[in-house]
Amino acid sequence: MAETTEPVSHYQQLYHDAESTLPGAGIDWVAERRRAAMARFAALGFPGARNEEWKYTSLRPIEKRDFALPKRAGHGLGAPDLAPYLFDEPATHRLVFVDGAFDADLSRIGQLPEGVTVQPLSTALEAGMESLAGHLGRYADPEGTPFVALNTALMSDGVFLHVPAGSTLEWPVHLLFVASEAIDGIGVHYRNVFVAGEGARITAIESFLGLGEATYWTNAVTEASAAQGAEIEVYKLQEEAPSAYHLATFEGYQGADSSVTHHNISLDGRLVRNDVNTALDAEGAYVSLNGLYLGDVRQHVDNHTRIEHLQPGCVSRELYKGILDGRSRGVFNGKVVVQPQAQQTDSDQQNRNLLLSRGAEVDPKPELEIFADDVSATHGATVGQLDEDALFFLRSRGLSQHQARNLLIFGFANEIIEAVKIEPIRARLEDRLVQRLPQSETEED
Amino acid sequence: MLSISNLHVGVDETPILSGIDLEVGPGEVHAIMGPNGSGKSTLAGALAGREGYETTEGSVTYDGEDLLAMAPEERAARGLFLAFQYPVEIPGVSNIYLLKSAVNAVRKHRGEEELDAMDLVSFIRDKMRLTGMDDQLLYRSVNEDFSGGEKKRNEMLQMAVLEPRLAILDETDSGLDIDALRTVADAVNQLRDGNRSFILITHYQRLLDYVVPDQVHVLYDGKIAKSGDANLPKELERTGYAWLTGSGEAEPESAAQEQ
Repeated sequence: MAETTEPVSHYQQLYHDAESTLPGAGIDWVAERRRAAMARFAALGFPGARNEEWKYTSLRPIEKRDFALPKRAGHGLGAPDLAPYLFDEPATHRLVFVDGAFDADLSRIGQLPEGVTVQPLSTALEAGMESLAGHLGRYADPEGTPFVALNTALMSDGVFLHVPAGSTLEWPVHLLFVASEAIDGIGVHYRNVFVAGEGARITAIESFLGLGEATYWTNAVTEASAAQGAEIEVYKLQEEAPSAYHLATFEGYQGADSSVTHHNISLDGRLVRNDVNTALDAEGAYVSLNGLYLGDVRQHVDNHTRIEHLQPGCVSRELYKGILDGRSRGVFNGKVVVQPQAQQTDSDQQNRNLLLSRGAEVDPKPELEIFADDVSATHGATVGQLDEDALFFLRSRGLSQHQARNLLIFGFANEIIEAVKIEPIRARLEDRLVQRLPQSETEED
Repeated sequence: MLSISNLHVGVDETPILSGIDLEVGPGEVHAIMGPNGSGKSTLAGALAGREGYETTEGSVTYDGEDLLAMAPEERAARGLFLAFQYPVEIPGVSNIYLLKSAVNAVRKHRGEEELDAMDLVSFIRDKMRLTGMDDQLLYRSVNEDFSGGEKKRNEMLQMAVLEPRLAILDETDSGLDIDALRTVADAVNQLRDGNRSFILITHYQRLLDYVVPDQVHVLYDGKIAKSGDANLPKELERTGYAWLTGSGEAEPESAAQEQ
């Protein structure tokens, strides 16, 4: 057991002070899970450089900062402030959270089919919902990683989505996590739980949005369970403030013939770490992980994924692309584990990186662990620069050096954008990307 | 319109062109032939502004101005077009997007009003008839998974929409079957209008069966070894390039067949 370091005792103190006011404090099973998770975090502590999983990503800046829990104060944001970030077409259920807490006025939950739950997690915890008890912490196990543990102990809000067998949630659910100007020094621990029963379907958009210049820490955890034949599609769009720290974990758990598609788009933030994991625990399950990460100036963006093939005949597809400029640093670590009984596994993983400056760096690391013998598992990782021939070709067609660069970068990213099926999100993403491109020209159509 | 004088160009400090002189007037079609390694593609690259091609001596003036001082995009805006020997694939960028961007970039550079999306599409569709290209190729990524013939037709489409004043075709005919070759020749013939000039770089005589040049030049060892009229290719057909090297036989033509 690690000795209790100063940052750990800070969070122990936070937990101690907030214990009686955290959502669900009066519900035994909730309180018990928080308590156990806090003990686990205290035992694990912040991972250091010697931890292989965190080799390239130093958490010192987060450790040093002693982030407080969200205050219950007004944020002063109104609907017009958020208008540019909403997706009203197609119709969506929308749950807005500002600085760690659900905001009912900014949210809109439409008509729901019988038996379907779309609720702020705080409400579900306060009510001690039994359907939640069976899932919370089951896929994202606090025993595993320190940040899932800390999240479980301190979770303030998030969304509980439960679509029982045979039901379909027709509209996508848009989860908008906003950091206002007032969030400086705060750590928010959002927790989302998505449960799709047999044959059910869920589409969720998770947007993380920073509106100011504050320094804060988002520690988010989403766990998703897809029962037999269920389909879950998650779009995670990270647009935190430039000096924000963003740690996020996705844990999927999949039944027979289920399908999980996760799009992980990381555009902003100072230090970003995504853990995207799924367990294929019955025959015929399918997972697709798409990722796009942009880095500039001194941004650090780390994506760790783990796909676990536990049963025969499952399919996994993974494509992560990085565009790194300035003195930014990218990390991609893609683990695919094929357990002995997972015969006829079909797995492909690709990681492609585009370095736009001499100062930018990336560490790609595919990690295949295959214990079955009848398996098709392919992988590839590339790091490259813009193709000089292509640049010359575009310039010879009249495009400026600038336009040519931007068009090539856009083309590189487009493979990920094209996988986005919801048109307004795709359009928005294209837009954001064009804005984020190096010194991009706004007169571009 | 184009005046090349004593042009010396090197790549990676290796001299490739060693004193080219060539005058191309408005509306003229010049064919440049010659064996592999004679410098044909280097000439095309130097004229279009490819990086890494260093002019060590000589000059190129285009409409009285120093062409070599211009960036590639400026040459394009002023009406110079290069059809690539090996068309470049651009994954993730649709053909129609490229064409629209190119047309408007050039229009903007010329101080003309940019076309809106609808006008652009109908303008491009109109030009497509010239090339016999399948409509759906417009919506695919530029040259990605295109056949050799489709790629070359695509170059012809780019040429048609950019309406150049001087088009350089760098071995556009190589590796094409007879139908695709005819398409290329038709495109050139239809765009010939008495003002527009062409430089056709080719290994073979067969393109010149369909496009009759005003002048033909044989490039060898970085220099123009011989110039003549449209009958010169037929002569070369008989003699090969062996007379240039002074040794027995020229290298076999089939070695140049790519794609």
